[in-house]
Amino acid sequence: MEKLLEKYSDKLPQKLIDEIVNNVPKNITDKKLESIFEAVYKEYSSSLAEPGECVGVVSAESIGEPSTQMTLDTFHLAGVAEVNVTTGLPRLIEILDGRKNISTPSVEIYLKEPHNKGTDITKIAAQIRETTLRSFLSEINIDITTNTLSVLLNKSKLEELDLDYKIIAKNIEKALKGYKVKCEDDYVLSIKHNKEGNLNDLYKLKEKLKEIYVYGIKGIKQVVPVKRDDEYVIVTAGSNFKEIIKLDFVDTFRTCSNDVFEMEEVFGIEAARQVIINQIMTVLEGQGIPLDVRHILLVSDTMTMSGHVLGINRYGIVKDKPSVLARISFETPLKHLIEAALSGEVDNLKSVIENVMINQPIPVGTGLPHLITRIVNEKKP
Amino acid sequence: MADVFIDNKFIGTVKDGYSFAERFISERRMNRLDASANILVDKNTSNVYIETSSGRTIRPLIVVKEGKSLLSKKHYEQLKANEIAWSDLIKQGIIEYLDSTEEEGALVAFDEKDLTTEHTHLEISPTAIVGIITALVPFGHHNSGPRLLQGSKNQKQGIGFYAANFPLRMDTDSNLLHYPQVPIVSSILYDLTQYEKHPSGQNVIVAVMSYQGYNIEDAVILNKGSIDRGFGRSTYFNPLVAEELRYSGGLLDEICIPDKEVKGYRSEKDYRLLDDDGIITPEAYVKEEDVIIGKTSPPRFLNAMDEYNLATNSRRESSVSIAHGDQGIVDMVLLTESEDGNKLIQVRLREPRIPELGDKFTSRHAQKGIVSLIVPEADVPFTITGVKPDIIFTAHGVVSRMTVGHLLDLLGGKIGALGGRFIDGTIFDSEKEKDMRVELLSYGFKENATETMFNGVTGEEYKVKIFVGPMYYLRLKHQVRNKLHSRALGPIQLLTRQPTEGRAKEGGLRLGEMEKDTLVAHGASMLLKERFDSDKTIIPISDESGIVAVHDARKGRNYCPIAGEDAGIEQIEMSYAFKLILDEFKSLCLYPKLNLKSKY
Repeated sequence: MEKLLEKYSDKLPQKLIDEIVNNVPKNITDKKLESIFEAVYKEYSSSLAEPGECVGVVSAESIGEPSTQMTLDTFHLAGVAEVNVTTGLPRLIEILDGRKNISTPSVEIYLKEPHNKGTDITKIAAQIRETTLRSFLSEINIDITTNTLSVLLNKSKLEELDLDYKIIAKNIEKALKGYKVKCEDDYVLSIKHNKEGNLNDLYKLKEKLKEIYVYGIKGIKQVVPVKRDDEYVIVTAGSNFKEIIKLDFVDTFRTCSNDVFEMEEVFGIEAARQVIINQIMTVLEGQGIPLDVRHILLVSDTMTMSGHVLGINRYGIVKDKPSVLARISFETPLKHLIEAALSGEVDNLKSVIENVMINQPIPVGTGLPHLITRIVNEKKP
Repeated sequence: MADVFIDNKFIGTVKDGYSFAERFISERRMNRLDASANILVDKNTSNVYIETSSGRTIRPLIVVKEGKSLLSKKHYEQLKANEIAWSDLIKQGIIEYLDSTEEEGALVAFDEKDLTTEHTHLEISPTAIVGIITALVPFGHHNSGPRLLQGSKNQKQGIGFYAANFPLRMDTDSNLLHYPQVPIVSSILYDLTQYEKHPSGQNVIVAVMSYQGYNIEDAVILNKGSIDRGFGRSTYFNPLVAEELRYSGGLLDEICIPDKEVKGYRSEKDYRLLDDDGIITPEAYVKEEDVIIGKTSPPRFLNAMDEYNLATNSRRESSVSIAHGDQGIVDMVLLTESEDGNKLIQVRLREPRIPELGDKFTSRHAQKGIVSLIVPEADVPFTITGVKPDIIFTAHGVVSRMTVGHLLDLLGGKIGALGGRFIDGTIFDSEKEKDMRVELLSYGFKENATETMFNGVTGEEYKVKIFVGPMYYLRLKHQVRNKLHSRALGPIQLLTRQPTEGRAKEGGLRLGEMEKDTLVAHGASMLLKERFDSDKTIIPISDESGIVAVHDARKGRNYCPIAGEDAGIEQIEMSYAFKLILDEFKSLCLYPKLNLKSKY
């Protein structure tokens, strides 16, 4: 048996070998096992891409054709109450274009024990959500004689979240420049201008104060705890992944944002690649389009192989194409042409589109093989 | 307070919108307001909308008051006796027109039996729900809505007797059916529109069955004998026009047989059919390239010398001739004057059109199909009484489209033919299927209209009973004769040297970008190259400078404009379009240098 495994370790991927070994009866004869291996190898090698097969075009058509059947403009609730996530064609375009600002960023936050069973879930949710002073406010008074704003906070709300009002005072001071925030007695803050300020400024400040960020994570507009299988997951609208994974109750291994660039920034390019794959698959599955993941693997590899996420457009991967003719055959030809001329680029005519343009055999399929030996006219002596 | 809008323009307010609208309507019914003015009170905003603009669709309905129709028996009698007319009913406020706005606030009863006190209006006839052409579909209430709509669209394309003065008309692209018939299965709309004066179909025997698999995918099979007896025969008319135009400088076109000196003179043979006046004789048989109207025009650009030298040799040929692939008989020649007072000649061509493979036929139920086989009469299946179908229609067309009306049409046709009467198939108001089945039984047929049939080739009896009977079929104006097109070699465009586009220009069929992708995906590299060889050229390229070299035909050699005559010059094969883009690069002051290298 060991011999066989040795023999096929080069021919088959380890995953397939393991699967065969795990599924055959324990007392199988070597002869039978070999025939199984042989059959698997035959099947495996016949499903590999042939040399010279045009995988890119096949991928493009395999993704392109079903997306023409997708319903345009599908904004629907992604199985979650009140969190609106872009799906369908617009989302697909968004991912493939490599857009920096996606229309509906969202993070799925998985929680560590015991929170994932629902402990303190509302408190955790509140800790994530961006909160302005307005939610903790019960009164603002202006003292004209001392030019001071005194802010009365809502005690019960703060206690509900187990929150020290001094933190709020700190955050306000951070947000306001040139003002001093003092903690008076219980839940009262007084805000005073550093220099002599006039009353008008105070009135303006009063309105501004309400919108000041005091608690939670900036950028998280909405949080919805959802029960998924037997654990609780928090789904957000708006995203600030960097800050979210700093929280100690967050399961950093599974928490994931749908923003490719954010994931790249935090976890690196491999994570970004995986997010692209997962997000495209989610969109296609949502539309009921069965598509082999290998087509998407190819696309996501192309998008990320430079080390940065590039879109499938003229600013992204097309810009990086080595062929001048290939670049000018796709959008804004003049721009690309002049840039190429300035640096005196040479087109080696190595790829498909440029050979179609000049009408030469394209180097795929039957056009790929060439004679390697030079034909020499043998002169007989 | 309610805002009042006339044609969506705010004009003022009223105290109570509802009582205002009520008064508006009663005034209209008393003939004090125009019958086409409509009003609606929006339930949500209580705004009042009055519509008076043109272009709204309005339809007549009987006014209902307290659950009773205002149109009484007395009116019926008066109408019958011709004492009152339609306009009187409107003046009396018994019938009124509603548009889509006012319909919003109306509750319309379908039938007089359904009337309650809630109802505001009653349909004059349930048939009025659909339009005139849709109501031409018999048993339309047994079809699904979309099919009904498509069926009525098909009928518009039917060839028929479209105008009684057709010999005098010069309609472009018109067809005339030779033996039009009135349908056996009819409806009230056929009477109202006087369909018998301009019928557009024929009653033919249809067998719902398969025949050697030739009627898959909606194709229909025709009986050669039926065609020989005149089924579906039509004539195609198309006029060609020429006008003697006037140009600046007092120059004129001239309709005549062109002189041999004229630029672009074709050949004597092409002008052989023209009379002395330069126009063709009626009843002449013409084929492609034949000249119909001979014409010469003055030269396009005049230089200073030419003004004194307007001899015939500077004029150019501009005759009207038959397009590539066309033929016909000259039916009528019309000499007249155009709007500008120029001499205008119209020559109408006529071509008999016998049904052939690829012509389009349809029943009235969106069951259109293309002729796929014309069977010799001897091989056509026959019934026990010897009836042979004219058309064999596939049964698979009915199940997925759910056009039950199609089946009832056939059933009705059979009864009508046997009983010698017309069948009423008016939509929502037709004869009942049950009664028709009973009637058919009384004529000695199976009540489901099936019959025993025999194989026309072997004479064997089919094991199943075949649904067969007369049906009204239409020949549609889409005929292969006008569409058939193929090309191997042919004209090319001057600029790109690629084939021209379109049937009229004898063009090629484009292998587009996405089609190209499929060839790439298959790795069919050589096939792809061959397909794109239509503009293949061999261009001399200078080895040294890498640009297109100049061919000096007089000296019989090439030279490079940069490197001169001594440069090595290679003959390179490429697409002409690529040579063009190289030129375009040069026009941008870019230097597209081709680095030549041996392939081997």
